[in-house]
Amino acid sequence: MSVLFDDVSVARGGRTVLHGIDLEVGTGRIVGLLGPNGSGKSTLLRALFTGQRPLSGRVLIDGADVSQLAPRTLARTVSVMLQDSPSEFDLTVRETVLVGRSPHRAPFSRDTPEDQRIVDEALRTADVHDLGDRLVRSLSGGQRQRVMLARALAQSGEILVLDEPTNHLDIAHQLDLMRVVSGLGTTVIAALHDLNIAAAFCDDIAVLDEGRLVAFGPPDTVLTPALVDEVFHVTARIAIEVDTGARAMTFHPRQPVG
Amino acid sequence: MSESTAILTERRERRLPFLRRRSGERARGRSKGRRMLPVGPTVATIAVLAVLVLVFSAATGPVAVSPVDAAKIVIGHLIPGMPWMSDGTLTPLQDQAVWQFRVPRSLLAALSGAGLALAGAMMQAVVRNPLAEPYILGVSSGASVGAVLVIVSGGATFLGLTMSGAAFVGAMVACILVAMLARIRGELSPTRMILAGVALGALLSAVTSYLTLTTDAQNVVSVMFFLLGSVSAADMSSLVIPAVALAIACIAVFGLSRSMNALLAGDESAMAVGVRTTRLRGLLLVLASLLTGAIVAVSGGIGFVGLVVPHMARLLVGSDHRRMLPITVLGGALFLMVADLLARTVAMPTEIPLGILTAFVGAPFFLWLMRSGGERAGFDR
Repeated sequence: MSVLFDDVSVARGGRTVLHGIDLEVGTGRIVGLLGPNGSGKSTLLRALFTGQRPLSGRVLIDGADVSQLAPRTLARTVSVMLQDSPSEFDLTVRETVLVGRSPHRAPFSRDTPEDQRIVDEALRTADVHDLGDRLVRSLSGGQRQRVMLARALAQSGEILVLDEPTNHLDIAHQLDLMRVVSGLGTTVIAALHDLNIAAAFCDDIAVLDEGRLVAFGPPDTVLTPALVDEVFHVTARIAIEVDTGARAMTFHPRQPVG
Repeated sequence: MSESTAILTERRERRLPFLRRRSGERARGRSKGRRMLPVGPTVATIAVLAVLVLVFSAATGPVAVSPVDAAKIVIGHLIPGMPWMSDGTLTPLQDQAVWQFRVPRSLLAALSGAGLALAGAMMQAVVRNPLAEPYILGVSSGASVGAVLVIVSGGATFLGLTMSGAAFVGAMVACILVAMLARIRGELSPTRMILAGVALGALLSAVTSYLTLTTDAQNVVSVMFFLLGSVSAADMSSLVIPAVALAIACIAVFGLSRSMNALLAGDESAMAVGVRTTRLRGLLLVLASLLTGAIVAVSGGIGFVGLVVPHMARLLVGSDHRRMLPITVLGGALFLMVADLLARTVAMPTEIPLGILTAFVGAPFFLWLMRSGGERAGFDR
């Protein structure tokens, strides 16, 4: 399924934080959303999955305006992996992942064997199947993040939204997560911080700065030292690996001018 | 070089979907999971205990009735044509004591306990805070002001409202005020709800105190009796409104429990799975307030049930609302039936107001729970 942000502006707390974003994510594409803290990445993702009407413009899924969709219908289409927010009342890992099935089940119905099967699969895919009976809060940050991935996988939407999915993970699990996500075949929009991971796994990169889309395109053309300098205010150098010829970026504090 | 090589290697292998397993973490992961009781047998156990307490309560009091005779009387009234009801083995006095006085008050205690516990659990889900319950959110205080206004006015009604009606209105007004005070940009802020509820509760308690001090002396005792909570005035007709309110709330939470689970992880997380959070909060809050109003109107200010019982339920079966709500409802019923039995017996022939007893039992129990089982019950931060 494709996603189209059509001239989307969003206000939060009376302040406009996104200004006329035009962005198209084609079916099955993996798009990385990059930008400094506060650039509006999370807000853009929220405009998609909460279905709240933006200040102006529209968010369309296969041509359908998300603000016109019933929340449960939207939640069946768009799976979401957010940062885990700590709860005073703790569910077990399995119960948490089962919450991901709730848009698929009517209010008075019970969990079906299919739900259990999907949850089992999600727990295995996210590598948390042996934590099923643990309380989420007793886990490490990285384990919790994988539980949140499992919940999103159990949600089974054709579009997957990820908000900084790798920031508590060790390097191996970061790569595992990105590999799982890119192997799903779903349309993916992910807010990311690691530019090299974004470059390695995304089909396209969208760069936000102060609520505006400043660049969009394939990683190699978008992620240039000039753009990194302009948006992130650091000096980037491109390193070519001797044995593979592959590109990677290294980052350095900006050199004082003069 | 190693990290970027790894990334690029990964990129080439990106269509290989499965995660490798990390052995160290698996070993840690296998360390003990959470021990939880099965819901079905726990429900059955509590229900059996509740029936036993009902029979035992029905056999307790100044008129001597054996537990077996008490059970016979209850069964005889429920199923027509039982031989012992007409063969003269039971006196009319025994029948009256059991069926007119003791059973209704036990049933009212059960309904009140179940309702207050459920209202507490609903409010805790609304504000995502283990402290929430009808008292903390000011709802009980609002109901009390309404009921006390009727008592001090000296008549049966105040502004055309009966005691039930006034308590009802008081609870709803308090609930609406708290919700209005806690609104930020159209959304209910959980923390502000607690703060607003505590402040409003204090204000409303002051109103109640003022009304009590300035009323005629003959009203003071009934006000005090009401404020401390009692089910001693129960008859079968007083059970109707709380029973209906409880039934409505039970059916509603049965349908909403999945959404309530989603709400535990936060608003955005709940919205992500299609929950209309503001609407859900409003609905739960209104239902919990209705329930509280209906109960406070007949049984007065019984505290601690809404706070203690949901935590006990979580401790037994975990926080999944589909598991803990049935235990909360039944556990609340059992808790208050036992409390009422104690209220009638510990200082015989004097009867202790129920609210004093629940506080005496509830507060130390709650503190013990906080110290020992805090992590599992969910308040270790």
